[in-house]
Amino acid sequence: MWKYILKRLVQGIFTVWFIATATFFAMHNVPGDPLLNDRAVTESIRANLEAKYGLDQPVMTQYAIYLGNLVRGDLGISFTQENREVNDIIRDHFPVSAILGILAVIFAAAGGVLWGALTAIYRNRWPDYVIMFLVILGISVPSFVVAAISQLLLVNVNGLFGTTVLPVAGWGTVLHMLVPAMVLGLGTMAYLTRLMRSSMLEIISSDFVRTAKAKGVPPARIFAKHQLRNAILPVITVLGPSIAAITTGGFVVELVFAIPGLGRYFVQAVQQLDYTVIMGTTVFYGAFLVFMVIVVDVLYGFIDPRVRME
Amino acid sequence: MTDLSSTDFQPIEAHREVHAISRPSQSYWQDAWSRLKVNKRALVSLYLVIGLLLFTIAGPWVWRVDPAQQDLDQMSQPPGTDRSALIVSDYQPWNTDGLNFGEGLAVEGEATTQVVKLKWDALPGANGHRIYRNIFPIGPERSYGIPRAEFFDNKVVTFEDRLDLKPGTYYYVLVPLGPQGQLLENYEVVEADVHRVTTIVEAVDRGLIDEDSGLQVGDEINLAFHPFGTDYLGRDLLARLMAGARVSLFIGIGAPFLFVLFGVVYGSIAGFMGGRVDQVVMRFADFVVALPFLLFMILFKIAFGIGPGESGVFPMLVALVVLMWPATARLVRGQILQIREQGYIHASQLLGAPTNYLILRHMIPNTLGVVLVTITFAIPSAIFTEAFLSFIGMGVAPPTPSWGSMSNEGIKTMLTTPHELIFPAVFISITVLAFNLLGDGLRDALDARMRNQE
Repeated sequence: MWKYILKRLVQGIFTVWFIATATFFAMHNVPGDPLLNDRAVTESIRANLEAKYGLDQPVMTQYAIYLGNLVRGDLGISFTQENREVNDIIRDHFPVSAILGILAVIFAAAGGVLWGALTAIYRNRWPDYVIMFLVILGISVPSFVVAAISQLLLVNVNGLFGTTVLPVAGWGTVLHMLVPAMVLGLGTMAYLTRLMRSSMLEIISSDFVRTAKAKGVPPARIFAKHQLRNAILPVITVLGPSIAAITTGGFVVELVFAIPGLGRYFVQAVQQLDYTVIMGTTVFYGAFLVFMVIVVDVLYGFIDPRVRME
Repeated sequence: MTDLSSTDFQPIEAHREVHAISRPSQSYWQDAWSRLKVNKRALVSLYLVIGLLLFTIAGPWVWRVDPAQQDLDQMSQPPGTDRSALIVSDYQPWNTDGLNFGEGLAVEGEATTQVVKLKWDALPGANGHRIYRNIFPIGPERSYGIPRAEFFDNKVVTFEDRLDLKPGTYYYVLVPLGPQGQLLENYEVVEADVHRVTTIVEAVDRGLIDEDSGLQVGDEINLAFHPFGTDYLGRDLLARLMAGARVSLFIGIGAPFLFVLFGVVYGSIAGFMGGRVDQVVMRFADFVVALPFLLFMILFKIAFGIGPGESGVFPMLVALVVLMWPATARLVRGQILQIREQGYIHASQLLGAPTNYLILRHMIPNTLGVVLVTITFAIPSAIFTEAFLSFIGMGVAPPTPSWGSMSNEGIKTMLTTPHELIFPAVFISITVLAFNLLGDGLRDALDARMRNQE
């Protein structure tokens, strides 16, 4: 097991290196010039600035400097915000995105497992039809429309009660987080419901469930001990990529609900062509996602002994 | 012993028909089609897809309106609004001599989009008045609307509003001003039902009538027809939806085809070569999978750089292909690895089939079903990605319409003119839904192993 974890970590470090390299060369290709916006830049000032940022060096030297800084954890200073390091920006805004993302993943996973199990148990009866119809809707309607509609709904609910039941936008309390997290997790929940349903259907008709029934195990116990625990395994495998989809999908929700998360910051940085922030955020997100996938895989190894054998 | 003659030893005639296959043989694709036909949901979504393609390709031939053309008379008009306009004479300054006062704040004459004439009596305690205009009734919170005019003189008791008038109901508020110019409490409100009017010069200018049409003041004409209404710049929504469909579906269908093609080639090479090559090649695919997808979509988009006047459709296509191929490559590699060990491949090899023949005749056709399903499921995700990026302003550049950027524009006026958001959002949803259901149906029809799983 430890050997497996170590192997995955080494692979992960290589993956992060690849992400950093791809980011560096992609950003190097961006047309334009970071020093272009400064007014009254004479030749000598420009040369000085280029020397300060190392922009007069050959590309490979710049790449080496960049990698060196990255290893030391220095992501540079923002180009557009005075005296703000990229590390500070990430430290300030990533926790917001992370909390939102974690809530959304919990919501999606819990909802997906519950609804998926329900549809499988009530197969071809009305709970199945209702839930699957909602799932299809959840898959087909874009997240920004869901966000807008839920915001509109909140406005109306608040208007109906005359007070703020749930805040429409902003950040700060748990109440602010609920609706955005639900909107963010909705697509993944729909996907997980479908997955859970097909996996549960397979388990329901399996031999060990029939044996348990024949032994006279009570249905509730069969459901909890035999069906749910086995059917949940495929859901856990896709949880890693789901976390990736949810954290990067946070842009829209953060924009619509005015949440000061890293995603919104990234979009802003792209609009202002803030080189260091764009690169820093991309590499940070990439490393985070790689790490999350490894964590989920290792977790899976603990839950399902069959994986450990390999 | 009976007598046996030589005729008893004649061979009986063979009845070849007995061994013949009585039903016509069905190829894999015929079988799949007959399965798909029974699946009602998949069939309906297939018709939907065909309808969408017709809407995109043939639509602009039927509805010949330039999607960039602005209709300045009808901005943000929901579908089905009254388009009639009364022709009136040119604007004349208001002659206020001999007006009857005494009824408080009132609208003089007909309120039209040309001019709304207001008159009032000086309010008690007023040192002057301010006029506000609002499109909503004034509630207890006293949001009066936009200030239109201010007079520090009680002698001025008339006002002509000519600013950007639209057909509909306006609420004019007259608020008295105190000695320091502060607002006093006792305001008055009047409702003005504004009708659409136009002058002959204006109508000719906008291309609504010919110069020698013979129409006169008092006649009624109709403004241009917009079946789905117009957006905030007065552009025809139906024409823009059709133009946007071209962008959205071009990316949504083009990108999956390209990256699936690349993935098939890449994956089948890896799967067929096996060994060291396979490991190196697939490790690279693992790297690409690990890239944070949306961040790199945005990164590539700015790395390609969009010049002025370019739509940015092509960079987005390339970025999608660059980032999405590994999933297909993995899938196809797995398939090829399985097929390589099958008996019929060995049989074919024993019969002396060359490698090319094996790949082209056996391996690729046998993965085609899975690949087709992958494409069908990749289309909605590509459409979503395009809509998503255009929505946050990182997609196609304006004025090129796409369903995502139209939703982005529509969401800003969601409360007042919801149709600008609803139409593109519904189109995205229907398209994604149709391709998802079609994908489900195709998977059931093509993939024998998935058949009984739902």
